[in-house]
Amino acid sequence: MNLVQQLSQYILSGLSTGAIYALIGVGFAIIHNATGIINFAQGEFVMLGGMLTFFFFSALKVPLLLAVALATGVSTMAGVVFERLAIRPLKNATPINLVIITIGGSILIRGIAMLLLGKDTHSLPTFSGDEPIMLGGATVLPQHLWIFAVTLVVIVCSKLFFSHTISGKAMRACSYNRRAAGLVGIDVRRMVLFSFTISAAMGSMAGIIIAPLTMTSYDVGVMLGLKGFCAAIIGGMSSGLGTVFGGLILGVLEALGAGLFSSGYKDAIAFIILLLILFIRPQGLFRRGESERV
Amino acid sequence: MGRIAAAVVGIGLFFVAGLAQAAESIRIGALFAVTGPASFLGEPEKNTLEMLVKDANAKGGIHGHRVELVVYDTQGDVTKAVQLANKLIKNDRVSVIVGPSTTGETMAVIPVAEKEKIPLISCAAGIKITEPVKKWVFKTPANDHVAAEKILLHAARYKVKHIALITVSDGFGASGREQLKGLAARKGFTIVADEVYGPKDTDMTPQLTKIRSVKADAVICWGTNPGPAIIARNMKQLGIKIPLYMSHGVASKKFIQLAGADAAEGILLPAGKLAIFDKLPKNDPQVRLLRDYDQSYRKAFGVEASTFGGYAYDAFLLIGMGARKGASPEQIRDGIEQAKKMVSISGIFTMSPRDHNGLDLSAFEMVKIVRGDWELAR
Repeated sequence: MNLVQQLSQYILSGLSTGAIYALIGVGFAIIHNATGIINFAQGEFVMLGGMLTFFFFSALKVPLLLAVALATGVSTMAGVVFERLAIRPLKNATPINLVIITIGGSILIRGIAMLLLGKDTHSLPTFSGDEPIMLGGATVLPQHLWIFAVTLVVIVCSKLFFSHTISGKAMRACSYNRRAAGLVGIDVRRMVLFSFTISAAMGSMAGIIIAPLTMTSYDVGVMLGLKGFCAAIIGGMSSGLGTVFGGLILGVLEALGAGLFSSGYKDAIAFIILLLILFIRPQGLFRRGESERV
Repeated sequence: MGRIAAAVVGIGLFFVAGLAQAAESIRIGALFAVTGPASFLGEPEKNTLEMLVKDANAKGGIHGHRVELVVYDTQGDVTKAVQLANKLIKNDRVSVIVGPSTTGETMAVIPVAEKEKIPLISCAAGIKITEPVKKWVFKTPANDHVAAEKILLHAARYKVKHIALITVSDGFGASGREQLKGLAARKGFTIVADEVYGPKDTDMTPQLTKIRSVKADAVICWGTNPGPAIIARNMKQLGIKIPLYMSHGVASKKFIQLAGADAAEGILLPAGKLAIFDKLPKNDPQVRLLRDYDQSYRKAFGVEASTFGGYAYDAFLLIGMGARKGASPEQIRDGIEQAKKMVSISGIFTMSPRDHNGLDLSAFEMVKIVRGDWELAR
């Protein structure tokens, strides 16, 4: 076992965890861009995706593919309901109020999931087998490839959506200036609802593809949500490549830190990076500082 | 005439005293983390105790005493546990307390019990609870070092010299890590890797890659679900073939289910006898009790009995031992301390003024996971 092999395993492990963070981070970024809110309930959509898939698959005995579709559907509905009941009724709320409401919402969703789906940890079958794949001295599981693939597809789709569709452009307009967007005839409230729908769907998808590897329970959303948030911060809250690189960097640094230094400081590494970035480059690693136009 | 009258009065008094004795009930207070993060402990504990009290009263109480039970939910919160302990003692006037469920809460409640002179039978595993021995404090789960010793004895038999540790970074893991390191040094093992992981971590391949590079003969993992299940899968992914030992923290079918029979194959661990009672030899003194408990728990709650509920079962039997002498806190305490070879769920208890846990190595059996089921490891 030489150092090169070790390093390649660390990097590969880091990339696969990082892809998960990236997917969750993009959900944060989309809502933030459309509404200016940091939605701390994002992690709960991840949890709902995994837990509901398990529920449909094991308790109701539907086929895995259908269970995945149903779980994504129900979690997305949860996102819509959340926006309707918790975000929309507030007129002229300050960002801090909205952030606190999303935290409250996340506790509520977690509590409901605990009561309805139970406190146990569950695991899902992998999508395509358990045989490890060798890649230059390091190994990954087929499920990791699924994670990479889904992340890639989601990122490409969101890029296309935001740059080339009228709704996507309208959402971007809302993020630049809500008032002006409203004045040119964009239904801002619909765009906000839209952003919650998309990121709930994305979050639940992330929850579903990682559940076979990492298990799922009613409280997985907290830590995954925080890591996704870190990824989005590193990427400067961009809904595209910035956050993806943010997630990958975070994952790789965590793995290298745990492998080469001490595994006791793994989470500390993530949060130190978060703090450093907030102090030194609050606009993210990849974004040029924006000048405020008056 | 006077003499006869005196005799009648005497006999009458004797009866009244007898009646009073029979009527005097035992009030048991219980502090369990029924909700909150430690609810996997508190819920089966509460269920078990309530079931036992109901049964006992239906059969006329324990040693003629009716049993009254007051259960409070601490939510795993230390401050709440202390408040509720005071409430149990001052408002509910209980003569013995079962619980709390976690070591942190127990350590906080101990001063209260000691001051008010109320026996406390903790359902938490931390070694600090009964070491050093405190007059009014007992506990039913076996110490972590018993499980650690069981693992190292097995490893020594298979000529393991260099061991790698991977432990979870919470109280359970820290305690296990400390015990393993201490015992390993004394028994002549070399620890070649000492890794930790967070309770919510989702991938342990970096730690295991490091372990793979250091030439260990065996890996010992100390944690509760789901971490160990992820580690079992990661070991398989990385193709690490050396034996993997787990702690008693995952001695349930749930672990095999989470890790998958494939990744769990060959894993060795010390298990409380409740998990494997159908694999025990027929002459094992605990078998009948274990089967009865499992069956009645299934009947009442629809799920299999857990080791954690067993801790409350032990506490109830210990109170039964105490109640032989009388229902006052003092009498119950003395009775518990004199319990000898009491067959229960977690093991066979022999208390003494110097040992308020009363369990030894026989509380665990080493088992191996073979084709998704337990098998006694020899």
